[in-house]
Amino acid sequence: MCLAVPVRVLTRDGDWGEVESSGTRLRAALHFVPEARPGDWVLVHAGVAIALLDEEEARESLAFLEELSTPHGS
Amino acid sequence: MEADRPLWERFRDPGIARALVARVRVRVARELGGHVSLMEVCGTHTVAISRSGIRAALRDAVTLVSGPGCPVCVTSPEDVDAMVALAESGLTVLTFGDMMRVPGSSTSLEAVRARGGRVRLAYSPMDAVSYAASHPDEQVVFLAVGFETTAPGVALAVAQARELPLANFSIYPAHKLIPPALRALLDQEVGVQGFLLPGHVSTVIGRRALAFLAEEYRLPAVIAGFEPVDILMAIDRITHMLVRGEAEVVNAYPRAVREEGNTLAQRAMWSCFAPADAAWRGLGPIPGSGLGLRDGWEDLDACRRYGVWAQPAGAMRTGCRCGDVLRGLLLPPRCPLFARVCTPAAPQGPCMVSSEGACAAYYRYERGDGDDGPQGAGAAGPR
Repeated sequence: MCLAVPVRVLTRDGDWGEVESSGTRLRAALHFVPEARPGDWVLVHAGVAIALLDEEEARESLAFLEELSTPHGS
Repeated sequence: MEADRPLWERFRDPGIARALVARVRVRVARELGGHVSLMEVCGTHTVAISRSGIRAALRDAVTLVSGPGCPVCVTSPEDVDAMVALAESGLTVLTFGDMMRVPGSSTSLEAVRARGGRVRLAYSPMDAVSYAASHPDEQVVFLAVGFETTAPGVALAVAQARELPLANFSIYPAHKLIPPALRALLDQEVGVQGFLLPGHVSTVIGRRALAFLAEEYRLPAVIAGFEPVDILMAIDRITHMLVRGEAEVVNAYPRAVREEGNTLAQRAMWSCFAPADAAWRGLGPIPGSGLGLRDGWEDLDACRRYGVWAQPAGAMRTGCRCGDVLRGLLLPPRCPLFARVCTPAAPQGPCMVSSEGACAAYYRYERGDGDDGPQGAGAAGPR
């Protein structure tokens, strides 16, 4: 029920925007992500964007994890 | 090109998942007495843990108990009865799909619809507002079910209805709040050593709203995302804290969750809602664990408008043990009804009805003895 999916913002017009999720274009409420611009990724739950996704944070998490799965990591 | 392969999909990497599984298993075997019990408090986690094979991969080392993390499952029979009464009185009831088959004390919304009642599905709360605007001759009630993830969007819809204004739109307020439920759970007996915390609830309320788990209850807890690697990373962090005797609330989903959460979403939520007492299936009444419409917004409350209130429900005599499952006291397969009397086709209780209920997840993904580890890309996580 709290399912939210990462979608890319295509267009923004005030508090509303078009987003793309697996090739489907949807209208989403962007009221809670005022900083989101076309090209940004947001998490959408029941038609409402609840968070702007931070790619930098994701890269940091991944860099830390990828050490794990290299043969010398443990 | 990154546009075709979003960064987020790397959190499904099977190599990383296997490395984390191995590390957790070794740690539990060598340093934690061979077994730990943790609780997840999110239906989306429950499904991901089952579907990805994480539960099977960690079998014997980590027991993952599903707590009250599915809003549909914890909706009380009394509330379902009141929703059914609204649908039976000739109003048009709009709901998220999962509510359709949830049993009240005698019947469900689906049964009302089969008898000709107007019950319709809505994908978002704003859909319900649009429907009311285009059907002025119908009285429309939206069933506001969900946790903090959902409530801000409902607040937007309520504000829209007020602004238009729409005279034929109201909501049945049945939202629930996670922190008071965790407190109620921990003030009773739970046999778990740490918590996997819901990532999307946390995007709204922030890490800080959950810090009490460590500060007051001395439990390690980690906010987790929904890909297999996110969940395993959280389990890895919790077991690491257990070894060191530490208790912290860690944000392991920083790409979506901030310390203070989404303050705009919180502001929207509190502009029309105020904390209210609420009854949870399985946990009973918990003070301040629900959301009621604030003073000045009561005209949008369907209960007041139509004089339909939740009444104490008669005892459920099916033998359904959903209440114990929701408290983490019983694993679904241990319920005498599981997979015999109670199946997704003939559900006896809400944990089998909801696609995110623990019983449904176990039924769908865990009835074989397959013990294959986490599968990789595309095997789990939200779609």
